[in-house]
Amino acid sequence: MNGKNTSSPKKALAFVGNNAVPIMFIIIIAVCIPISGFSPTFLLNEIMTRLSRNAFLILSLLIPIMAGMGLNFGMTLGAMAAEIALIFATDWQIWGIPGIVLAMIISVPISALLGLACGRILNAAKGREMITSYIISFFMNGVYQLVVLYMMGSIIPIIHNNVKLPRGYGVRASVDLTRIRKSLDGVLAVNIAGVRVPLLTILIIVGMCLIIVWFRRTKLGQDMRAVGQDMEVARAAGIDVEKTRIISIVISTVLAGIGMVIYLQNMGDMATYSSHSQIGMFCIAALLVGGASVDRASIGNVFLGVILFHTMFILAPRAGAVITGNEVIGEYFRVFVSYGVITLALIMYETKKRRAKAHMGAQLELEQREEEKR
Amino acid sequence: MNSQAPLLELKGVRKNFFGNQVLTDINLTLNEGEVLGLVGENGAGKSTLMKILFGMTEIRDTGGYGGDVLINGEKVNFNSPFDALAAGIGMVHQEFSLIPGFTATENILLNREPQKKSVMSEVFGERLNMLDQKELVRRSDDAIEKMGVHIEGSMVISDMPVGHKQFTEIARELSKEQLRLLILDEPTAVLTEQEAEALLESIRGMSSRGIAVIFITHRLQEILNVCDKVAVMRDGVLVKDVAAAQTTITELTRWMVGRSVSGETGTRREPPETQPIMHIEKLWVDMPGETVRNVTLDVRKGEILGIGGLAGQGKLGIPNGVMGLYPAGGKVTFDGQEIPLNMPRKCLDANLAFVSEDRRGVGLLLDESLEWNIAFPAMQIHGKFLKDLLGGCIKWRDEKAIRDITSKYIDELQIRCTSSRQKAKELSGGNQQKVCLAKAFALEPKFLFVSEPTRGIDVGAKALVLEALKKFNSESGITIVMISSELEELRQICDRIAIVSGGRIAGILPASRPSEEFGALMVSSVI
Repeated sequence: MNGKNTSSPKKALAFVGNNAVPIMFIIIIAVCIPISGFSPTFLLNEIMTRLSRNAFLILSLLIPIMAGMGLNFGMTLGAMAAEIALIFATDWQIWGIPGIVLAMIISVPISALLGLACGRILNAAKGREMITSYIISFFMNGVYQLVVLYMMGSIIPIIHNNVKLPRGYGVRASVDLTRIRKSLDGVLAVNIAGVRVPLLTILIIVGMCLIIVWFRRTKLGQDMRAVGQDMEVARAAGIDVEKTRIISIVISTVLAGIGMVIYLQNMGDMATYSSHSQIGMFCIAALLVGGASVDRASIGNVFLGVILFHTMFILAPRAGAVITGNEVIGEYFRVFVSYGVITLALIMYETKKRRAKAHMGAQLELEQREEEKR
Repeated sequence: MNSQAPLLELKGVRKNFFGNQVLTDINLTLNEGEVLGLVGENGAGKSTLMKILFGMTEIRDTGGYGGDVLINGEKVNFNSPFDALAAGIGMVHQEFSLIPGFTATENILLNREPQKKSVMSEVFGERLNMLDQKELVRRSDDAIEKMGVHIEGSMVISDMPVGHKQFTEIARELSKEQLRLLILDEPTAVLTEQEAEALLESIRGMSSRGIAVIFITHRLQEILNVCDKVAVMRDGVLVKDVAAAQTTITELTRWMVGRSVSGETGTRREPPETQPIMHIEKLWVDMPGETVRNVTLDVRKGEILGIGGLAGQGKLGIPNGVMGLYPAGGKVTFDGQEIPLNMPRKCLDANLAFVSEDRRGVGLLLDESLEWNIAFPAMQIHGKFLKDLLGGCIKWRDEKAIRDITSKYIDELQIRCTSSRQKAKELSGGNQQKVCLAKAFALEPKFLFVSEPTRGIDVGAKALVLEALKKFNSESGITIVMISSELEELRQICDRIAIVSGGRIAGILPASRPSEEFGALMVSSVI
């Protein structure tokens, strides 16, 4: 057979197969942009806002994937820690940048503690990290409610009435962060061709990316990659597999805590009991849309994912309204697509493994045929 | 060199697994730079001996070993492979222990990477040291050069041909400064001829640098080419320990398989000259570690056909492929009808049964009772032990029939259990094996595959299992294909024995032929 002609379409097909999700999103977006009728400036502004809001949170997912712990809902724990930290910062009325820094500092030990517990549990459930961490996040949500709804104001002192529920204990369903709102994004903000760029936040995100790149080249990073690919080999080489895995989860929850503070300062308002509930799912979906898989994710996936996933959500309500005359369809789309993308990614991960297996058999059959010809 | 104590000395080393003696009184010495070839059939005790030397934890977990291991005249007792490594012993296992997504260089220095301190590591501890990439490459290149076989350090393991993976493992051992004794467990099994030749050259190089090598292989010519001396093991005993220059392949083969003539079987019937009942044509099976290539084989009606061969040569792949447990291709006809491959249910429907070598994985429902284990397949496949209610709309389990059949087999096979309701996982290995057989018998098949029926069970149970198979064959006329690593066992009960070597049938001989002939077939085209 003439190898050249057959291999290039085959390669293209393989490329499409491996990147089906991002390509699908690009097509949908390309169709939706003209339908929605949004101006480019508006779109770019929206994308920039969401990029600065979400990127840090999604970056926190990378390290557990590197350590072979898959798509990890452990980050939800970090998000809860960040919310508790912000409740304190608000209650103590420390606003602006100092408030944000304080919230980050308070969130770190809480995130680390939760991450430690989560890491230990996940070590007992190797190979089922995704579902286990998902359920842990549900369980911790209950603990979170216990703390925030009953213990704050009764056991844990809460001073101000605008934070407390009227009954005297528990935190209001919504915590007003107006005086923290965009205080990070506002520093060094520049206008480039009509697009407002929150330079400091972007710099923080870029800094985080550099730290991740650096981290991969440290001894710990190398150990994590080894553990992620083959636990038994790593163990035989003397690497402390369990400890390495726990560290990766702790790093992830701590980063997620900091990321959640950045996220909420951008929103300027915190839904005490639900802000964290779907954040894990949206982050994971965005990462997958960027082309990541269960065992492989890069910084590029994060940015591509944020841009594609969120552009979709800017466009979907408008496109929905134009097509069906109903804006609610956009919100419906958001949840529907998130779950769909995650399901698809999980299925693709398994089929890829199976296809690799089938390939071995085909190879064997081919060899046998060639042998007979001789 | 002879003035000082030898590098390694074994004195009266013995080991038993749960009363099963697998090593008896092994005495062996090895000097610096000496190359020892270790040969023997599967189950001869080579691996166990090496595990003792390398301090594998499973030895300690099963009660340790007897006798002494001395290194440079000093008695040692390794608690883990890490102790053995510290003492300068390196081992390259049959299964690769490599990180697939790492380069050769990264694998060679896995967890021994040279590091540079940085500000972050001063604060957060050593694990945040940067890797010293230059030094990493330099050291790995050193090791590769020491090995004398060139491999590309920057190549990722998963892209490598299998031979290079093997060399990466060897380079990893050589990169350890303290290495004085290297154990190679069938290193040439995955190599092409040129690669194997390069490896032998590399072994000579190691030896000239003073590193002693223990070389385990089934390719006897290699032993004669490269080793200073040869040790032959059989049934856990070191039967011969001679200089390589003073022996021949024929002699080695005889020492390997020819055993003391105790326990010889009585009358052996002549192979029946009946029509073939199963015809296997151009079968390939993709079973990891047991690949089958282009096998064509006839099984005659009513016979017991043995399939033997060394581990990893593909004998296990044949039944697993035919029964649809691993991806397979080719053509299988049974009783005039073609059996579709890769569909286990079709095989069972055609009255074929399979007793798997993977007792605990495929063979048993570990958490269920004996009754369930024995009756379940028959119930599922042939609808036995079911009562029809309401004219067949509802099927009801016939508990009494199930209990009866279970007790029948418990008596017949002497399964030691507290009751027929005991859980399968609570039984000993030998009794679990009997349950597996009972399960297959209860199916009342026309044709039975039995894979490694005596693996890991004690002598008494072994005799019983073999007897039961023989009886099942002679009384019910069932055709049996038995796969076993133990040649003697096959010779005891089979009519004909096919030997698999390199994934292919190397030859089929009547069981009455002398063991040497089978031995020669086993190593004929080993890969």
